[in-house]
Amino acid sequence: MHIMEGYLPPMWCAIWFIISAIVVVYGIMQIKKATAETDDALPLLALSGAFMFILSSLKMPSVSGSCSHPCGNGLGTVFFGPAVTAVLSVIVLLFQAILLAHGGLTTLGANIFSMGIVGPVCGYVVWKALRSMNISAPISIFFTAFVADLMTYVATSVELALAFPGANMGATFVAFLGIFAVTQIPLAIAEGLLTMVIYNYIQDARPDILVKLGVISEQEAGAN
Amino acid sequence: MDWKNIGILIIVAILIVAPLIIFNGHGEDDGYFGGSDDQGGQYIEQNNPNYKVWAAPLWEPPSGEIESLLFCLQAAIGAIIIGFIFGYWYGGKKTKNQQ
Repeated sequence: MHIMEGYLPPMWCAIWFIISAIVVVYGIMQIKKATAETDDALPLLALSGAFMFILSSLKMPSVSGSCSHPCGNGLGTVFFGPAVTAVLSVIVLLFQAILLAHGGLTTLGANIFSMGIVGPVCGYVVWKALRSMNISAPISIFFTAFVADLMTYVATSVELALAFPGANMGATFVAFLGIFAVTQIPLAIAEGLLTMVIYNYIQDARPDILVKLGVISEQEAGAN
Repeated sequence: MDWKNIGILIIVAILIVAPLIIFNGHGEDDGYFGGSDDQGGQYIEQNNPNYKVWAAPLWEPPSGEIESLLFCLQAAIGAIIIGFIFGYWYGGKKTKNQQ
C-alpha cells in the first residue's frame, strides 16, 4: 500500500496531506482524552501501535505470486476508533519512509489516508454493524481487521487511479486493484486471524479495560 | 482458549506457506514474490512515460542485508512492547489474585 517517494504529483500529495493532517490532529486530541479518563488506556494504545509495527514489517507471499504486508490497523480501530489509528499509522509510516525507503515523505499524506483513515473507517463501520447484530467480539474483530486491511489497498488503488487516470480512469483503477487488492485477499484473512488471536489474549488478560472503553459489555467480560 | 488460538495460528501458517508450495521453484528472476508496492511503481512508469518522479528517498538501505536488518528491528520493537505489556498485565493479575 505504500506509494513510493515521488510517485504522486505534488497537487495530490498536498490534498492527501491536508485531509490526513486534520484527522491526525483530531486523533491526538482523542488520545489525550482517552488517556486522561483512564490510566489503563495507555498500555492498550502502545499495544495497538506495536501490533501495527510488527504486522506492517512482515512481508508475506500471496497466492497471486507477489508479496505484500498486512497493516495491523484493525486492532486500534476497535479499541480507540479510526482517528487514533491514524496517529498510530503516522509512526509506522514515518519509520518506514525514513529508514526503509518504503513509502515516502511526500507521499506520507496519501499513505496515512489509505492505511490510517480509509481502512480504519471501513473497519469501524463493520465493527459497529456486527456488534449491533450481537455477533461475538472475536468474530467481529476478524471481519473488522479483514476489511480494514483490504480497504487500505483499495484506497491506495483509488489514490493512484485519481493521480494517473490514463485514458480510462475505471480501467486504470481495475489495473491497480489487480496489483494491490488481489494479492492482499489471503493476507487480509491472515491479518484478521492474527488480530483475533491477540484480541483473545487481551480480553483474557484485562477484560475490565475493554469494558471501560465500551468495546465489550460487562456480561461478555464476565463470561470469560 | 489456548488450543483455539493455536489452531488459528496454524491456519495463518498454512495461508503463508501455500503460495510457497504453489509457486515452488519460481523466484524473483521470473517475476515471482516481488513486492506489490514496486509493481505499482512500475505500472505508473510504463503507462505514464512523461511523468517525472520528482522526489527521491532521503536515504535508502544500501543493500538487501541492511534492509532486512531494519525490518527485523521494526518487528523487534513491536514484539518487545507487546511482550512487556502482556507480562505487566498478567503479572499484575497474579499479584492481585494472591492478595
